[in-house]
Amino acid sequence: MLRFLARIFRLGIKELRSLRADPILLGLIVYTFTFAVYAVATGAKFEVENAAVAVVDEDRSPLSRRLQDAIQQPFFKPPVLIDARQIDTAVDAGQYVFVIEIPPKFEQDVLAGQYPSVQINIDATAMSQAGNGAAYLQNIIYQEVAAALPGSTQALPIDLVVRARFNPNLKSDWFTAVMQVINNITILAVILTGAALIREREHGTIEHLLVMPVTPIEIMLAKIWANGLVILAAASFSLIVVVEILLGVPVSGSIPLFITASALYMFSVAALGILVATISTSMAQFGLLSIPLLMVMNLLSGSTTPMESMPDWLQTAMQVSPALHFVGLAQAILYRGADIAIIWPRMIALGATGVVFFALAALRFRKALLTAQ
Amino acid sequence: MSEAALRFDGVSHRYGKTLALDDVSLIVPAGCMAGLIGPEGVGKSTLLGLGAGITRIQQGSIQALSEDIGQPAARHAICARIAYMPQGLGRNLYPTLSVAENLHFFGRLFGQGGAERDARIAELLEATGLSAFHDRPAGKLSGGMKQKLGICAALIHDPDLLILDEPTTGIDPLSRRQFWALIERMRARRPGMSVVVATAYMEEAERFDWLAALHGGKVIATGNPAEIKQQAAASSLERAFIALMPGRAGKDASPPEIPPRAETDGPPAIEAEGLTRRFNGFTAVDTVSFRIGKGEIFGFLGSNGCGKSTTMKMLTGLLPASEGSALLFGQPLHAGDMETRRRVGYMSQSFSLYGELTLRQNLLLHAQLFGLPADSIDARVNEMLTRFDLAAMADSRPEDLPLGIRQRLQLAVAIIHRPEILILDEPTSGVDPVARDDFWRELIALSRRDGVTIFLSTHFMNEAERCDRISLMHAGRVLAVGKPADLAAARGKADLEDAFIEILQEAGMGNAEQDAAPRAAIAVAPPAKPRRVDLRRLWAYALRESLEILRDPLRLAFALLGPALLLLTFGYGISFDVEKLPFAAYDQDQSAQSRQLLESFQGSRYFIEKPPIASAHELDHRLQNGELTLAIEIPPDFGKQLMRGETPAIAIWLDGAMPFRAETTRGYVSGLAASYLADQTRRHKGEAQPLYPIGIETRFRYNQSFKSANAIVPSVIVLLLVLIPAIMTALGIVKEKETGSIANFQSTPVSKLEFLLGKQLPYVVIGFLSFFCLIILARIIFAVPLTGSFLALALGSLAYVLSTTAFGLFVSSFVRSQVAAIFATAILAIIPAVNFSGLLVPVASLSGTGQLIGLGFPAAWYQPVSLGVFAKGLGLADVWRNIIILALFGIGFILASVAALRKQGA
Repeated sequence: MLRFLARIFRLGIKELRSLRADPILLGLIVYTFTFAVYAVATGAKFEVENAAVAVVDEDRSPLSRRLQDAIQQPFFKPPVLIDARQIDTAVDAGQYVFVIEIPPKFEQDVLAGQYPSVQINIDATAMSQAGNGAAYLQNIIYQEVAAALPGSTQALPIDLVVRARFNPNLKSDWFTAVMQVINNITILAVILTGAALIREREHGTIEHLLVMPVTPIEIMLAKIWANGLVILAAASFSLIVVVEILLGVPVSGSIPLFITASALYMFSVAALGILVATISTSMAQFGLLSIPLLMVMNLLSGSTTPMESMPDWLQTAMQVSPALHFVGLAQAILYRGADIAIIWPRMIALGATGVVFFALAALRFRKALLTAQ
Repeated sequence: MSEAALRFDGVSHRYGKTLALDDVSLIVPAGCMAGLIGPEGVGKSTLLGLGAGITRIQQGSIQALSEDIGQPAARHAICARIAYMPQGLGRNLYPTLSVAENLHFFGRLFGQGGAERDARIAELLEATGLSAFHDRPAGKLSGGMKQKLGICAALIHDPDLLILDEPTTGIDPLSRRQFWALIERMRARRPGMSVVVATAYMEEAERFDWLAALHGGKVIATGNPAEIKQQAAASSLERAFIALMPGRAGKDASPPEIPPRAETDGPPAIEAEGLTRRFNGFTAVDTVSFRIGKGEIFGFLGSNGCGKSTTMKMLTGLLPASEGSALLFGQPLHAGDMETRRRVGYMSQSFSLYGELTLRQNLLLHAQLFGLPADSIDARVNEMLTRFDLAAMADSRPEDLPLGIRQRLQLAVAIIHRPEILILDEPTSGVDPVARDDFWRELIALSRRDGVTIFLSTHFMNEAERCDRISLMHAGRVLAVGKPADLAAARGKADLEDAFIEILQEAGMGNAEQDAAPRAAIAVAPPAKPRRVDLRRLWAYALRESLEILRDPLRLAFALLGPALLLLTFGYGISFDVEKLPFAAYDQDQSAQSRQLLESFQGSRYFIEKPPIASAHELDHRLQNGELTLAIEIPPDFGKQLMRGETPAIAIWLDGAMPFRAETTRGYVSGLAASYLADQTRRHKGEAQPLYPIGIETRFRYNQSFKSANAIVPSVIVLLLVLIPAIMTALGIVKEKETGSIANFQSTPVSKLEFLLGKQLPYVVIGFLSFFCLIILARIIFAVPLTGSFLALALGSLAYVLSTTAFGLFVSSFVRSQVAAIFATAILAIIPAVNFSGLLVPVASLSGTGQLIGLGFPAAWYQPVSLGVFAKGLGLADVWRNIIILALFGIGFILASVAALRKQGA
């Protein structure tokens, strides 16, 4: 047993040395966990922010101007006044996501109790902003009208207090930053471990390992711990320095617990990388197999769009994705401050995916690596 | 010999700190067979690479056929008159292409028309005896045949200068003999042709017209073989060379002595009985049996691909035997048997240690893995370093060192754990005579002093003669076994080589490739000066790349079906429709009023009710474990307060962990609350009365039902048409660098642009085909309406695929390994394509860096085209600017690749 561990350790040290010898790979790892996380978190925000709005004002009354003034940053860019005939071309070109049309005699009709309507044109192809932005605009318009004409509205019989737990201001960069770290862990773990194995095969070194008193299990475990350690270290650095300090995301949960979960995840995705490597016979095939796999894991695990929106069959199918379980774990630990008593079922699910991938890879290992040539 | 074939003046060349050539001035005569001889790493290959124009000149000047190849224009003109064949078996051939397809490719590179190519190929194949193998994939040829095909490829354009870098290294004696006969015939066919050859076989060099011996980056002797032998007063060229080497004074220059082996009793160390191995119906090893005694040196000879390596792999346990048994130390070998492995040392045919670890680290790793006692490891590693004369470079990496040193390291690694059996697969292939002698002294010491059993394969006859016994294999069978002298005597030959060739010929080898009588070259006009731009060369690369993809069905299937599968998954999976949100109520009132309030949630299609919450702690817990997205807390006395008009407070808790979902939920909650309140007023006052004095109509344009698929499917197409095409082209160039076929690009008149566009073209076609598949899927499966101009979409997609394939090529042109290429493409393409191209967030709403990154990548420009044509009914008039920008991206990436790509190696 001790010898078993010692060999895994030695082989892992070798992996680390090989990695150190490839500066382009190291550069990419650093880039992925620093700049890429930062740029995505600050650049691609899901909340309605700086949305482009145009107003067609056919009333030109104090009330209509008051409505325009109410549309403010940070949610919306200052509205641009356009002509009714320009609506189609402007929205076609994607210049504005929202166009508000205020009809002629709007103020007059409001005062007369004629119940006039404001129209909001929404570019519904901007899926992530259209719905929420429209709700904001409606609120703003109602409130401005109510404020401009006190007494015209009714007092509400109940006081509805809506509060968001865990992220009170619903800032999307809190979410995106951590999810980006997770997505990058997935990409790196699969590609680094899988490609490391293919490289050993293409350079013939795997053959050399297999005539030594070393088992495939040891080779696989060594690749997993060494590459996993590097990624885990980079991810922890990214979480603490980039996400917590630089982006100012408060992490409410236990970082050690998160790192434990990450280690479990690393085992699972690295084993998946090895499995893909044993299926493909060349680097070209490995690339073509792993990229779609990574895309599916990253986009359909609840780190980008909500799981509940997926059809049931797809939700069930995605249970085999370790990313799904890890995203769930990460959200529970980091945002909701959940402890081990709450998340252990997911931990077990995550571990189970890892064991299955590892077992399949171990079964294929010797055969795939030696007879495929 | 009026003109010089190659003239070097003061040429020096360095690789990093290593000086490969040191101020070499040399005139290689034309019109004859000129040879470069010398040990590994003395600069032979560098000299030839420089002469062929594939390596950049660092210092000095070089003329090939009297043209200064330091000048790019002259180099371009002259390269059509030079042919270069790199070191290694079939390194510049394409293994999945057939013999004829390989030759057509080379013909096209020199701008030959179809009829001319057919005639030339027929003639060359006949002359080389390869006609019968016209349609066989190059990868399935034996080593000797690969080299013959290499010669055909080199001669396809009737070069005036043929440069061959160690063409016969690693091939068997009969094939070697046939190879030189072929070269003789080819010279007879074109008498004026100059041939320059580097070789490690001194007996071959004896037949050359002129020789230059190199050592330590310098020329130590020139002249014809007789002159060189005379200079050193030696009987053979091999001895002459050893004598001429500086620094050999006082060292042992005599061939290694082999003390007789003391016969030992006891069981044989290695015993094979009826060993057979089949691969998919092809029998690589056919009932092979032999016994090797303890301490014996047993040699394995045979042509390439005759089953020697496969037999050795079965003995090491790397390959299971299909039939028969192999016993080591009288025990059958199991894959899981770690104890036996400790007693065996193995050295594979190609270098298989870690090139990126230092020599010391390699030795250390193996000592540790073999479980040597920790306190003895350092001493043992140092002992090995000294014994194999590696101490001086212990901290260098093998990838920077010549082959001879790497082989010494491999042997050191193989014996570091003091094995009782050594299995060595062509350990001296490509190693120069001096190093080979040193190597043999080690082997002899191991056998005679330490009693190690040595089983090795070789192509060198003088090595075979040193073995205690040898075995000759051909086509998977053992033809003869015995002591070298006995075998030669049994055939009545003085020479072991002659005996073997006779045995091989009897077994039918070489008959299939009957050598035809020499024939004059077909009369064709001398090759014209290559054109600067020639579409035929571009086409040569495009066609070859297409054939390679067609030969790899898995890759082709993934290229075409992969995007379709992904579209299906993402089309259903990525959705911004927030529905089926689990909620539960913490109703502390349980009144009619509170139930009324909850009813409005229960009736909504957005929410799914879960069992009610019983305590504040439970509310926390269930939100925390993610079971609930929404919890409604109704205070006690809610109903009473409401009746009294006291405006009771209701707390609604959202799970904010996923902000987008929470935000949408908040919108739903306000909507439900508003309708609840309207209900309330109606109940009280008996009539509906609006809450606000105005109405707001929302009109979702382009996607009235606000269905995610209509917006997501066109955006997913954007994503798929960047990732799959880019990942396919990303390996294009770097793979040629790794396999060595990049030499064809470097040594022929093909320009960088022709090379790049040729490689890009097939992938543009594949990408465009998969675009059509995606459109069909979008229309049929997802029923996404296509409201705009199809022509605009098709043109935009073509421009987009051009730019994304060019992006892949650009990555490929600067990375050094295939791993890095996959990695860089994945990282550099996925992040902007997913996050900054409008798939998730509209580009107009991106901020700062995000928007810049987005606009700096083609996806963000294609997204408005795809979405615009699908959803917004746009036509060419609306999107032509984007199409032009996409095309510019394509051109930009290609130009960047041209800048990053080097026509000459370092």
